[in-house]
Amino acid sequence: MAEKHVYIEPVTRIEGHAKVSIYLDEKNKVKQARMHVVEFRGFERFVQGRPYWEVPVLVQRLCGICPVSHHLAAAKAMDRIVGAKKLTATAEKVRRLMHYGQTFQSHAMHFFHLASPDLLFGFDADPAIRNVFGVVQKHPDLAVQAVKMRAYGQEVIKATAGKRIHGTGAIPGGVNKNLSLAERDVLLKDVEQMVAWARSALGIARDYTTAHLKELAPFGSFDSNHGGIVRKDGTLDLYDGRFRVKDAKGSMVIDQLDPMKYLDHIAEEVRSWSYMKFPFVKSLGPGKGWYRVGPLARINVCDRIDTPEAEAARVEFMKLTDGKPNNITMAYHWARMIELVHAAEKIRDLLHDSDLQGADLVVKGERQFEAVAVIEAPRGTLWHHYRVNENDQVTMANLIVSTTQNNEPMNQAVMKVVQDHISGKAEITEGMLNHVEVAIRAYDPCFSCATHALGQMPLVVELIDVHGNVIEKRGRA
Amino acid sequence: MSTTCTRMMVIGYGNPGRLDDGLGPAFAERVTDLRLPSVTVEADYQLTVEDAVRIADYDMVLFADASVSGEEPFFCRPVVAVKGTEFSSHHVAPEQVLHLAASLFGVTPQAWVLGIRGYEFDEFGERLSEPARQNLDQAVKFFQDAANSGWQLLADAGTGHGQAQTTTTTRMQ
Repeated sequence: MAEKHVYIEPVTRIEGHAKVSIYLDEKNKVKQARMHVVEFRGFERFVQGRPYWEVPVLVQRLCGICPVSHHLAAAKAMDRIVGAKKLTATAEKVRRLMHYGQTFQSHAMHFFHLASPDLLFGFDADPAIRNVFGVVQKHPDLAVQAVKMRAYGQEVIKATAGKRIHGTGAIPGGVNKNLSLAERDVLLKDVEQMVAWARSALGIARDYTTAHLKELAPFGSFDSNHGGIVRKDGTLDLYDGRFRVKDAKGSMVIDQLDPMKYLDHIAEEVRSWSYMKFPFVKSLGPGKGWYRVGPLARINVCDRIDTPEAEAARVEFMKLTDGKPNNITMAYHWARMIELVHAAEKIRDLLHDSDLQGADLVVKGERQFEAVAVIEAPRGTLWHHYRVNENDQVTMANLIVSTTQNNEPMNQAVMKVVQDHISGKAEITEGMLNHVEVAIRAYDPCFSCATHALGQMPLVVELIDVHGNVIEKRGRA
Repeated sequence: MSTTCTRMMVIGYGNPGRLDDGLGPAFAERVTDLRLPSVTVEADYQLTVEDAVRIADYDMVLFADASVSGEEPFFCRPVVAVKGTEFSSHHVAPEQVLHLAASLFGVTPQAWVLGIRGYEFDEFGERLSEPARQNLDQAVKFFQDAANSGWQLLADAGTGHGQAQTTTTTRMQ
């Protein structure tokens, strides 16, 4: 009897394209489940030969979802290239404000518009209402908050980067503008409301998780390593720090990794069935060295948060697992909302800091020819590595993005959900397939960025028997 | 149609790093240079949910995007609010932005999609192809003529180009 393959394509309410293949035997038992990325990686070639000072603007073209993270990661790398060891207070704080604005809008967007339909209506709910428009209809107040939070974050970006598209705020060695008093006052007007709404969103995520803990704890969950950057004292820092990895029990695997030495500790495995690579900690090998990144991992690896409401929330969050790393996939949502509050608190604090109106914007030093920078993008750790020649041209670029580091974890989550909710069932329903997507969405993946998509690749949905014959074509949407 | 106190928002969207996908932002830039009264211009990589907030204060909205099929040099057709079911921040259609604006803020601006025909999309590069640039010139002229007509040209835009698709409806799915 023929084996059956079930495909979910495209996976919905994520950024970019992905496909899930589920291989069933004749009794509908799962043999294998994989999340494929079917686009081609090619962006690094695009920046080769370009002058280094253009790179912070060019990399924003990777995709429109988190251009600020790429903009700042590239700018941080180019700081090293121009020998700027320490930025001015104004430059660093303007960049941080931009970064927290990005985090704020991205996390609000994901929680309310991409994840909340599953949480508010249930994983099995009718897909006709289990979407953002269903949220608008049933919870209009939440929907209004969400779009206004997103809009506020975008205004922070616009005020610091210059504009939403082609932002040029961060330049090698600093920034090209400060935050004017007029811009500050516009943002100050609504910041307390943003903190309040973020606090409310955190409450929703926390209460949902604790109320449904019995179902959520095993859902797509598994033990894993966790990675993120922290300061020297272990404090969470989304803009700058050194990489730390803890294992599933909380033991330190890597700490205070100098970004320039990342290749000594991190490698990327290539597998024939996906364009997206599989990063891992070298000392543990590809089988055990893969790690999660993003909000859950960051909260797991840091020792504290330097804003009071987010820190109180982190302490409460860690109590759930007695201070050990939380390996519950669905806890990503709660962790993400802790960071939403943190970002709102940081924006508020920075807006009251007069350094933002300073005039000392750029520093330079001894020219360098290679640089690595690391930053925490909303979806997780983001690495930018460049070499620049004596003619100021980029000769090599390598980017490891958040979703790539979450590649193996998302595959693990898919396999776990498929085994628990699909394997052996006589009929496979839309609700079952949505369970798989719910697990993937917890990571807030962005595949456009992860694969550096170069055009739209043709997508094929096929059922193939043991002899390699296509027996059926089937789509999810 | 009277222009008295009529507030128009133009949103040009697309990725200027993907050749002709940058037609929308290029259109926004050209319209900005026209300095037309009562016209506000925004450019972005794609439409997003907060565009519902942006358009809430306007009487009319023009969504300008690159078109991968349909008439040359461009098409212009009215759009109305439509509730969708699939959603990502890569893929919010003009109809969905209008639906959000109506649902959340109770506003229903008149709206049109301007699809400027492009030809080259499948590689990185910050330039427009020459035919796309010529189409852009004509789209800008159309918009300026529409402004000079008190937006009557937009009011006259028919619905005969419904099959033409913009990059949002084809490439972002």
